[in-house]
Amino acid sequence: MSLSIKDDEIDIVIGALRPDLTSFMNEWRTIFSRFHLIIVKDPDLKEELKIPEGLNLDVYKKPDIDRVVGTSTSTIFSGYSCRYFGYLVSRKKYIISVDDDCYPAKDNKGILVDAVAQHITNLTTPATPFFFNTLYDPFTEGADFVRGYPFSLRSGVQCALSCGLWLNLADYDAPTQALKPEERNSRYVDAVLTVPARTLMPISGINIAFNREVIGPALLPSLRLGGEGKFRWETMEDIWSGMCVKVVCDHLGLGVKTGMPYVWRNDRGDAIASLRKEWEGVKLMEEVVPFFQSVRLSREATTTEDCVAEVANVVKEQLGSKDPMFARAAKAMVDWVKLWKSVGSSTSSPGA
Amino acid sequence: MNEPATAIEAAVAASPLHQLKDELDIVIPTIRNLDFLEMWRPFLQPYHLIIVQDGDPSKTIKVPNGFDYELYNRNDINRILGPKASCISFKDSACRCFGYMVSKKKYIFTIDDDCFVAKDPSGKAINALEQHIKNLLSPSTPFFFNTLYDPFADGADFVRGYPFSLREGVPTAVSHGLWLNIPDYDAPTQLVKPLERNTRFVDAVLTIPKGTLFPMCGMNLAFDRQLIGPAMYFGLMGEGQPIGRYDDMWAGWCIKVICDHLGLGVKTGLPYIYHSKASNPFVNLRKEYKGIYWQEDIIPFFQQVVLPKDSTSVQKCYIELAKQVKEKLGKIDPYFDKLADAMVTWIQAWDGLNPTSASFSNGKIG
Repeated sequence: MSLSIKDDEIDIVIGALRPDLTSFMNEWRTIFSRFHLIIVKDPDLKEELKIPEGLNLDVYKKPDIDRVVGTSTSTIFSGYSCRYFGYLVSRKKYIISVDDDCYPAKDNKGILVDAVAQHITNLTTPATPFFFNTLYDPFTEGADFVRGYPFSLRSGVQCALSCGLWLNLADYDAPTQALKPEERNSRYVDAVLTVPARTLMPISGINIAFNREVIGPALLPSLRLGGEGKFRWETMEDIWSGMCVKVVCDHLGLGVKTGMPYVWRNDRGDAIASLRKEWEGVKLMEEVVPFFQSVRLSREATTTEDCVAEVANVVKEQLGSKDPMFARAAKAMVDWVKLWKSVGSSTSSPGA
Repeated sequence: MNEPATAIEAAVAASPLHQLKDELDIVIPTIRNLDFLEMWRPFLQPYHLIIVQDGDPSKTIKVPNGFDYELYNRNDINRILGPKASCISFKDSACRCFGYMVSKKKYIFTIDDDCFVAKDPSGKAINALEQHIKNLLSPSTPFFFNTLYDPFADGADFVRGYPFSLREGVPTAVSHGLWLNIPDYDAPTQLVKPLERNTRFVDAVLTIPKGTLFPMCGMNLAFDRQLIGPAMYFGLMGEGQPIGRYDDMWAGWCIKVICDHLGLGVKTGLPYIYHSKASNPFVNLRKEYKGIYWQEDIIPFFQQVVLPKDSTSVQKCYIELAKQVKEKLGKIDPYFDKLADAMVTWIQAWDGLNPTSASFSNGKIG
């Protein structure tokens, strides 16, 4: 870690979509044990959670969620969106979140990857969104800015979001995985890079970390597919949230990094079975991407909450009439900002 | 003289990618010798070389046996271009772009004479040209970033959320390779970190997104000459010029703006070569000094350049760019006035030597 980060500045938020977290917690124990964990149980999950002893954690279940936000609001936290409740109630500066079917990966030297340490390194070293460095992260050991990189851009900007990757089961959509059922990602790319400003990408929620103080309200549960299910192939909520986050970061001059750390994602589910459910999401992206590419926020939007509210407005105006799902998403974003202001901790500091 | 092929060479020659041997030229600028080609022989011998000899034209450059080549020294450049030879730098590797101009092939691979074959982490020798060809022959994806990097690589694909309408990609115009060992640092960085070596093998190729500029290094570079060749002018450097070591940078900013405008792709990442020679940082500092200041203005200029919709060919884009360089950068230093003129001269020279391409329209308007 490049700055001395106190372990108590970090929350690890896990959305539990399956009840038995025993092997998950045991596999992650050596990496997680120093930190406080927030486990949020999918309100739709009926079985009791099984969590091994010896970890410093708080567990939130449906009754807890109902108590904090009210029973009518708690439905927004169904499925993979349950983790957002963890983001809401956390009081820490940094949040790291991985799906409950992911385990620590090994790098190409066979060494276990400390995903938490890598995410924190990513978040606490500057990002460089305004000019591409061909040797990737210039703040990494053994690397630097290359010839031709303007000196005025070398201090970089604050990194607000760190997007990790996945070995084994990559985050493909259902059609892709169904076409290549045996394909597994075995390529360990030893790099972290900043996603350039104004460049959008699909931000997967499977393995991410962020600076909650700076960007917290922009990670939000809002777009819910009609047939949203309990496999990532059946959701687009994180992709939608990620587009909002990137637009907000670009506007506020914050950085987003992608690359390491890797996690090992277990085989789960059946892509072909999920095809029908996610097709809806696949079609949506044809509208969603050009839309977000065109969004421009106003000069007056200087805080993350303001930015989210503005995006919500534009979503309502430009996409709302195309599909009721978008209209609902816009409303959910507005509601989220209100919820964040009332339940979330002190408001985020104004953007850089 | 041709040695009998070894088993490796025979296997390499039989590789399907060697079909491009009639469509690709290798351009090498040199002032000393070409001994480095010995190490590259198994991978590069099937290809035609264009050697641009910089410096003293009376010196003889020895080319290793078995390579098919044409060689141009300064006298040749002056003879072929006449007064237009003024746009070709002297005493700087920027002169290599003359090789791009005289080539008749579709693809160019250019490499410095201190770049050797690198090894991947498994110890296998990297056929850099083969990887460049793969990069150029598969589409780029500049409109949306794929988090698993090149979706056309073996074992990779587009990730969830990537719109299907963008999955065909666009033609790749440039493939920018990297360097192990001596990294391409500027003089100040070299002075501060003289011992730093790049040992990190990053197993990825990625498309540089539209709207994003990058520092293009000419040490290990390949491009589609028909798609972007006229924009690969390496500027006025070296003798009689106030600046050096910005030739490839200048070309890189120009080609990226034009590729973005025409809807063409630029890739970076693999292949790696092994860069063996660290140039003298004090010499470099003197060459780069002005560039380090000027790039603070040059970069915003390129970031804000807008090319008109009717600039539908590379040449038209480039002439328009030259106009804007003169208007907007001319006030920084008279050098940019000269450079803008040289850019126009370059296009005239290019069209003169490549008459059929003069009206060639590339890609679609971005």
